[in-house]
Amino acid sequence: MMIPLSYYLILSAVLFTVGVIGVLVRRNAIVIFMSIELMLNAVNLSFVAISKHLDSLDGQIFVFFVMTVAAAEVAVGLAIIINLFRNKETINVDEINIMKW
Amino acid sequence: MTVTGFFFFSIAAVVLISAILVVVLRNPVHSALSLVLTFFSLAGLYILLNAQFIAAIQVIVYAGAIMVLFLFVIMLLNLDKEKRVGEKHPLQKAFGIAVAVFLLVAMGSIVAAGVLYGNKGIHTEARVSAIGNTKAIASLLFTDWVLPFEIASILLLAAIVGAIVLSKKEL
Repeated sequence: MMIPLSYYLILSAVLFTVGVIGVLVRRNAIVIFMSIELMLNAVNLSFVAISKHLDSLDGQIFVFFVMTVAAAEVAVGLAIIINLFRNKETINVDEINIMKW
Repeated sequence: MTVTGFFFFSIAAVVLISAILVVVLRNPVHSALSLVLTFFSLAGLYILLNAQFIAAIQVIVYAGAIMVLFLFVIMLLNLDKEKRVGEKHPLQKAFGIAVAVFLLVAMGSIVAAGVLYGNKGIHTEARVSAIGNTKAIASLLFTDWVLPFEIASILLLAAIVGAIVLSKKEL
């Protein structure tokens, strides 16, 4: 039995939504980062599923580049979070608002 | 239910449950560990989709490197459980979930409408399995996609320099 493409796309959409809820609801900067990783993985799943559906490998190459960007983003983002914690002793995003005004 | 269907639905269930746990758990270490589980089960889905190379680098890069980085930072910061302080905006949670559900309905209706189409490529399953998934990706990566590949290496270099500059106390 072949799993239909739409099953993978629905799974990916639900995974993306879980990531969006994490970004919007949680206040811990590290958990927000992890939710962003969840969203990136949801998109990767769509890429691979559609790449198989269309008999093309371009989707898988895009996943490769998405992983590169995710690695770069995590390295820089976590360095920023460490710096924030050093200066403000918190990573609660409600208390980090000095750039807001 | 066939074997493929059984594997798909059981792995999908693990993906969704562990993804929800990432968002729900209060302790960041537990969130990170369930994110590792999510990445591993996604690698299983990639194998079901005949993307063995992607499955391998999913385990090595995501579940290995990126999550170790996360756990390292959580350990360095020595965080307690998130305190249940009063939220600044009481409706924040409700609004967040409402926006996300709206997004899910929008994406689901696109899938249900079936408007996704595209031209078939040349890499059919038989052809790819004859030369091997990794070899097929490599030959594309070093011919058609060689410029993005080189730019990706520059991006990684910039990220390395940026991370060092940001986390140094003073230069």
